[in-house]
Amino acid sequence: MSVALSAGPNTVSGLSRRMTGFVRILRDNNFVIGVSEVLDSLVVAESADWHKSSTLKDAWRALLCTRMADWGRFDELFDAYWLRVGLKRKARISGMSERSSKGKTLQDLGGNGGQWKVDQIEKDDGGHIVDGDSRSEGASRTEGLDQVDLRHVHDPEQMEQAFVLAEQLARSLRYRLARRERSASRGRRLDLRKVIRYSIPYGGTPVRLAFRQRKPKPLRLVMLMDASGSMNQYCPFFLRFMRGALEAFHEAEAYIFHTRLVHISDVMAERNPQKAMERLSLMTTGWSGGTRIGDSLKMFNQHHGARVLNGRTVVMILSDGYDTSPPEMLADQLAVMKKRAKSIVWLNPMMGWKGYEPTARGMEAALPHLDLLAPAHNLASLADLEPYLAKL
Amino acid sequence: METSREAVLTSFTKAGYIADPQLATALSLMERLKRPLLLEGDAGVGKTEVAKSLATVLDCPLIRLQCYEGLDSQAAVYEWNYQRQLLAIKISENEHLSTTEREKHIFERDFLLERPLLQAISMETSPVLLIDEIDRADEEFEAYLLEVLSDFQISVPELGTIKATSIPYVILTSNGTRELSDALRRRCLYHYVDYPSEDKELRIVNARLPEIDQVLAGQIVRFVHAVRREDLRKKPGIAETLDWAAALVGLGVSDMAGDPETVHDTLMCLLKTREDQGQIPIEVVERLIGKVA
Repeated sequence: MSVALSAGPNTVSGLSRRMTGFVRILRDNNFVIGVSEVLDSLVVAESADWHKSSTLKDAWRALLCTRMADWGRFDELFDAYWLRVGLKRKARISGMSERSSKGKTLQDLGGNGGQWKVDQIEKDDGGHIVDGDSRSEGASRTEGLDQVDLRHVHDPEQMEQAFVLAEQLARSLRYRLARRERSASRGRRLDLRKVIRYSIPYGGTPVRLAFRQRKPKPLRLVMLMDASGSMNQYCPFFLRFMRGALEAFHEAEAYIFHTRLVHISDVMAERNPQKAMERLSLMTTGWSGGTRIGDSLKMFNQHHGARVLNGRTVVMILSDGYDTSPPEMLADQLAVMKKRAKSIVWLNPMMGWKGYEPTARGMEAALPHLDLLAPAHNLASLADLEPYLAKL
Repeated sequence: METSREAVLTSFTKAGYIADPQLATALSLMERLKRPLLLEGDAGVGKTEVAKSLATVLDCPLIRLQCYEGLDSQAAVYEWNYQRQLLAIKISENEHLSTTEREKHIFERDFLLERPLLQAISMETSPVLLIDEIDRADEEFEAYLLEVLSDFQISVPELGTIKATSIPYVILTSNGTRELSDALRRRCLYHYVDYPSEDKELRIVNARLPEIDQVLAGQIVRFVHAVRREDLRKKPGIAETLDWAAALVGLGVSDMAGDPETVHDTLMCLLKTREDQGQIPIEVVERLIGKVA
């Protein structure tokens, strides 16, 4: 591993050995590289005209990068590995994650048990919306787990059960929708290819007809989750719900926001939920301050909207509506979003609380632009969404 | 095609496309490794133009397949000519042929309409095959395309497998409306086409509009770069810059500083939504001209 490229690959085996190491680092950094790409890179490297490292870098970049994210990182990784410039050992190795030392992370928001001890004292002050933790609906513990307000799930065993339920729920949502779609459409256009085929035995007279059916297009689901302090008891469940939806839906994207907006679909695709949480916590390190829903949605509209939203997209916003950006901004951004998407669903966990009225300023401003404002305080309320989505 | 990237650079410049060295490298690799090239980038940065220039450089036909939602094999690969088939059946009605013979007759290659993919692999010399906006096509089509691009053969149930007579130079473009599959990405060489630097864009303007005044060209490019830094919904691409430059030249503007109104009025070449036009009123135009002039 000590032969620098400038010294030239003396033996083929030397180069391939180093190449293997390089490819491993690239793969650890989420590059998608197959065997044939590695072989081709070696072919390129061995031919005489690619000996200058800058040219070789360009050639390998074209060959080994597969997406824009790779494109930006390739130089750094190449230099670090082959030229020993810059970060040296900083390239991320899979499974290794630096734990953050300060700042609130999603990991702290839940999933690990630590922060999970919800305030034990639940006082009902009879007033309207106070902040997060202080109101209770008094759901009975004897009810099925899907009826229990997610804030009141403390027992690790129950929690795990609820996690699994949330994921399953998201999956079943998709399957049920798919079944309905399949039987819904009937063909109208003639399938000439088949008609002619069938007509041959009848001497060319089209006796038997064949139709073409329009392929049902699946819904696309875009989920935006509020990860602010006031939501932190619901976050882990919603995360698992999103994870299930990402896996089950044909097309789904997930984002979380707080003061900024982060695209998390890739992270959530991680097989191991614990690892996914770790990576999430890395991404959200140092987030603090009020929730800026308006700003986050603006960021979404600017950078992701055109790409992600289309005429059959349902946007699902999971938030309690406490916003520190001006309410007009939230309304404007929702209006922009509404133009591009099919419908906007806002799930508000506080709706499930007794006596709640959507009087938060943000919520009030948002209301005219929403197609559905629904509670999401327990698993049953998430399941209730299905008939609505099925109608779309 | 010459394989060294310097040769690619010069021949592309001659064809009127200013490529950067990285793209030239990718293009020369394309031939060497017989891999398709995937170009990604915002709309209007010149992705499609790469394919057109490549066809000019190689002096070969350009076959274009525009993808859209619901694109199927009838539009992309082949289709039987039904009218002719029906006629043929009618004509042969009185001949005493068996069903098998009839079927064989109407499913001959003559009755086959070649669509872009089949056309591209059955040409004498390698053409450039441009598969534009692949992200708009369905996933099923993407999977099928992957198969065609790795084997370069197409099977037609009635005819059997048609093998490629020449391997086309395949260029795919994507605007990122949908995430492409890893398999397709892996198979392709990748190049991200970014908005050009000021220097490069100036060279592009000069290459496309050789008669343009140098002072104006510099101002236009700097102005467009300033506009791209504004908070816009749709950043102007290179095509927009060229349109705008042509408009200003056509209107006889030689120095922006002297004519902010015309500059403002012609901004419709650059800004394509009402919100964006509202973002850049005449005051902003004047400020920007002050900066770039």
